[in-house]
Parts: sequence; C-alpha cells; structure tokens
Amino acid sequence: MSDRIFGAFGLVLALVYAWATLQIQESFLSDTVGPKAFPLIVATILGLSSLVILLRPDAEPQWPALGRLAEIAAAAVVMILYAEFLPEVGFIIATAIAATYLSWRLGSTAVQSVVAGIGISIGIYVVFHLLFGLSLARGPFGF
Amino acid sequence: MDIFSSLADGFAIALTWQNLLLALLGCFLGTIMGALPGLGPSNGVAILIPLAFSLGLGPTASLILLTSVYYGAMYGGRISSILLNIPGDEPAMMTCLDGYPMAKKGLAGEALSLSGVASFVGAFLATWGLILLAPQLVRFALLFGPAEYFALFALAFATLGGVSSTNQAKSAFAAMLGLGLAVIGVDTQTGVPRLTFGEVHLYDGIDFLVAIVGLFALSEVFIFLENRHGAASADSDKVRIGRITPPVRMLKQTTPTMLRASVVGFVAGVLPGAGASLGSFLSYAVEKKLVDREGTFGTGDPRGVAAPEAGNNAAAGGALVPMLALGVPGSGTTAVLLAVLLSLNITPGPLLFAQNPDVVWGLIAALFIANFVLLALNIPMVGLFTRLLMVPPRILMPFVAMVSFVGIYGISGSSFDLLLMIGFGLMGWVLRKLDVPLVPIILGTLLGNTMENNLRRAITISNGDWWTLLGSPLAIGLWAVAVIGFLMPIIVGKALRSRMKRDAEGATID
Repeated sequence: MSDRIFGAFGLVLALVYAWATLQIQESFLSDTVGPKAFPLIVATILGLSSLVILLRPDAEPQWPALGRLAEIAAAAVVMILYAEFLPEVGFIIATAIAATYLSWRLGSTAVQSVVAGIGISIGIYVVFHLLFGLSLARGPFGF
Repeated sequence: MDIFSSLADGFAIALTWQNLLLALLGCFLGTIMGALPGLGPSNGVAILIPLAFSLGLGPTASLILLTSVYYGAMYGGRISSILLNIPGDEPAMMTCLDGYPMAKKGLAGEALSLSGVASFVGAFLATWGLILLAPQLVRFALLFGPAEYFALFALAFATLGGVSSTNQAKSAFAAMLGLGLAVIGVDTQTGVPRLTFGEVHLYDGIDFLVAIVGLFALSEVFIFLENRHGAASADSDKVRIGRITPPVRMLKQTTPTMLRASVVGFVAGVLPGAGASLGSFLSYAVEKKLVDREGTFGTGDPRGVAAPEAGNNAAAGGALVPMLALGVPGSGTTAVLLAVLLSLNITPGPLLFAQNPDVVWGLIAALFIANFVLLALNIPMVGLFTRLLMVPPRILMPFVAMVSFVGIYGISGSSFDLLLMIGFGLMGWVLRKLDVPLVPIILGTLLGNTMENNLRRAITISNGDWWTLLGSPLAIGLWAVAVIGFLMPIIVGKALRSRMKRDAEGATID
C-alpha cells in the first residue's frame, strides 16, 4: 500500500512539475532547445517510474508506531525552531538546547542530556570557532 | 617517464607540513567515522565538506583532507564488523563473515591487524591502478562531444543502482528527483528563473551541499530517533583485543589472496555501477571458489578476512578513476567527492588533467601518503579506535546533527538553507523507509546542470536535430551500455541478491 501511495504521489509530483515547467517565461533570446525541454523530459521519466512503482509495489516497509512518528515530527520541529532562532539567540545557547533535546530523546537521563548538550555546544564552539575561525551565529551576548 | 615526473610534482605539492597534517587529521577522522555504526564514508565526507569549504582551505588542501577521510572510512568500517558483527559501513559487510568468527576464537587482534594490512595492500595497488589507467581513460574521453557526454551521464544514472539494485523504477525515480531539483533556479543559458515559485532564495538554485548533508547525515539522525537506538553497541569486554600485529605466517598465507582480491576489487570499482560493496563481495566470492578447499571460509579463515578488505579498499581507489577522468562517479562516496570538487570550482573530467595537473597529481600523492598514514595509525592504535565503539549514539547523533547545522550555516549564514536541509533530512528518512536509493538523488543534483548544458549544446550544434544524440558510433555504444545496464538488474539481479543475502546471513546465524 505504501508504494501505491508513493507512486500516486510521484505521478502528481510529475504532473505539477510539468505544469510548472510550462509556466516558465521564455525570453526572446533563447537557444534552439530552450529552458523547458529538459525539465519536461525529467517530468516524463519521473511520471513513468512513478507509474511502475504504483502498478508493481514492493513489499510493505516496516513503519514505526504512531508514537515513534510523533517522535520524528517533534525532533523536526525542534530543528526548525533551532534554524529560526539561531541568529536571534546565538550559537551556544541554541545549540545547547537542541543537542540536549536530541540526546534526551535518544534515551539519556535528564542530567546526562544537559551535560551532553552543553558539552557538544561548547566543544563545537571551541574547535570550530576559536580554533578554526569558522563564523558561527552571534547572539545578543556575542556567542 | 612522464607519469613519474608528474607524480614527483604531486609529492612536491602534497609534502608540505600543512598538507601532511591535514592528511593525518583526515585519516584519523575517517577511521573514526568508518568505525562508528551509523556514520559511513558518504556521511562522513558529507558533513565535512561544508567545514573544509568554510575554513577557506585551498582546492588541493581540501581534497587531501577529504580523500584521506574517504580512505580512512574504508579502513575503519572493518573494526565493528570484526568485533561486533555489525558492519560499520556497507562495504564492510563481507568482512563480518570471517572476521567475527575469528574474533570469537580469540583472534580479534590478529583479524584487525591482518585486515589493516589487507586494506593497505588493496588501496596501495588501486592507487597505482589509478595512476596507470586514468590517463588512458582521459585520452579516450577527449573524443567525447556534447552528445557523447549526455549519453555518458545517462549511462551513469542507468547503472548507478548496480547489478544488485532491488527496484529499477525507484532508482529512476530517485535520479529524476535529483535532476528535477537541479533545474530549480535561474536558467544558465537564457537567464529566466525556473520552478522557483517566486522564492528569491531559490534563484541561485539549491546548493547540493544542503541536499547531501540533509539526505545523508540528518536522515541518519531520524533513523536513530525512530528506533530510539541510544545505547552503545559495545561494552568493554567486547573491545578487548590481544596482540596487535599479524603473525608472519598468517601474512604469508594470505598474500596471494590479497593480491588477487585487490585486482578483482579494483576492476569492480572502475566499472560503472559496482562500487565498493560489490567489490568486496566479488573478491570474497572469487577467493572462496579458488582457495577454500577445506570449507573453512565463514568459520574464521584469515583469507576470508583479507579478501573482502583488500577488495573494498581497492574498489574505493578504482571508483576514483571514472570520477576523476570522466567526471562521472560510480558510487555514493565518489559522488560526494565530486561534490567536493564542484564546490571548489573544479570540474573533473579530461580537462582537469590538462588544466589542473597540480590538483590531480597532488591528490594522487596524497592518496599514497594517506595510505601509509593509515597503516601506521591502524596497526598500533587499533585499540584506541575499538574503544570508540563504546561511544553511545545518544551522544554521537546530536553531535552529528549539530555539526551538520554548523557546516551549512557556515557556508551561507542563512536560516533558509537550514530549513531546506531539515526538509531534505525528513525526505531522506521517508525515502529510505520506502527503499528508494539516495545516491541517484545526489548525483542528479550534482550533474543536472552539466547534463542539461551538454544536451542543449549538442542540439544547438546540430541546428535542432535531436537525432544527433545518436549521431556517432560512440554515442550509440554508450546508450546501448546504458540500456543494458539498466535492464540487467531486472533480469539477473534477483539471483545475485539472494546469493549475497544468503552468504551474509550464513555468518550471522551461527
């Protein structure tokens, strides 16, 4: 079933892709092929392969239970928040929080994960910023 | 000789203190990454590219660092195969078969040091193979016009899944997804934005580094979260090893095996669509046919350890041949190395040898240096590396995630790229679940623009005649190989796959 849904999704993707390609504004100075031909070929093969996936699905993969899916979604949300707030609060604080969360969800105890989070954050800061001079996000406190 | 003077120049470039230090660092990091389950060579090189790039290293220096990581990861993969029966990376799968039984017999130290020597022999011979073969291939590649290049790219995509690919439709889907992503951005020839949906951040196109790090490194983090696999796979008993040098008798016994396996592995590496995993499988299978008279393979025969290790390291060297000479990588890790070159503004291919001989020969010299460094690191320090198996993923995986973020943020300094990377991470997780290979996606985003440009150039030259794509015997030949390579797994793949699986399972159930 998963493969059938995946194939159907691929077909829709191919159609949307082809439609979006046809919306490309061509400039009056174009080469003989133009900017549309290649994406259209890609969309065609994408559609064909999706059709094959849809018609000849593989065995069902092992999907995790709902709780585990929520776990992944929650981790993704934390990462998104991290990306958004990184420039605001600075590297060390944002990274320590995100790393603590991930470590906690992978099974560390509360204390362990806080130690791991702060350790990872300061470790990366020391090695990459102080030692190698890589520019990291500066927060209001300058780190 | 021409080759030797070029090689001497290469050594002159590579033998500076900075480069030696980078080679040492790369080998060390690479071995660590290969040894840790969940961080393979592709992952390892992928998270380090943005760093090497934003540290402002020159092209030769970055290449030396990252190819050392690549070779190092190939060495490191064997450690957890032998001690834990868990391959550290995919090519090290075959090493489990005899390595783990050897460790159970109390010969862990011998197995580790012997496989270190075998890795060295394989990689060393393959580097010579690279020196001899790549210039020949370059001469051949100079005959290629745009139409032939287009066909060559098609061939690379068609054969990427390899003979053991499970579902060619999914490989094709992945390749098209990659090519489709590469189209996004301002068209290089006419200057019109394509498929950007008005998002200014997309006008430059999607940075392939974002895609690579997201698909490889972040999706791995999601996999670990899904399984809540946080505990270390080894405890202190399992990493105890005895002596750290191989007995001379064992070396003598395995020398012919190493030499044969290196040749088999190298050939498998050069051929499109094979890569290191098949290289190690083939060399193991060939050795088993040739020398396993008493049926000791699979029960801890040292030759069964030497063969796949020499084979996969030789294949890793062999895979560099098409990548450097043609600009078309044949495996996942070489695709990531291609990304390194492209992000340094170096286009591999025949012209690279003519225009940037310093890069090519510096790289080759660096491979030799990396090899010796790895041998020197791996024999005496193997005890240290085995201890790494005790690092629990609940510390390691957050670290990997954060380093990925740091690397991408270091390049662009934009939150948009970070969000895109998270998107790729989630996509990578779903696609892995559905058994869709990720390497064609990477290759597509890397090669998409070059492929399209070659297509358009070919057709512009012929005044709009699409038949020019089949206009020369060479092009027809390439297309024929592409079609055969794509159809072959459907026909013979099933038998080969079940054989690989049976052999692998034979070792784990005992």
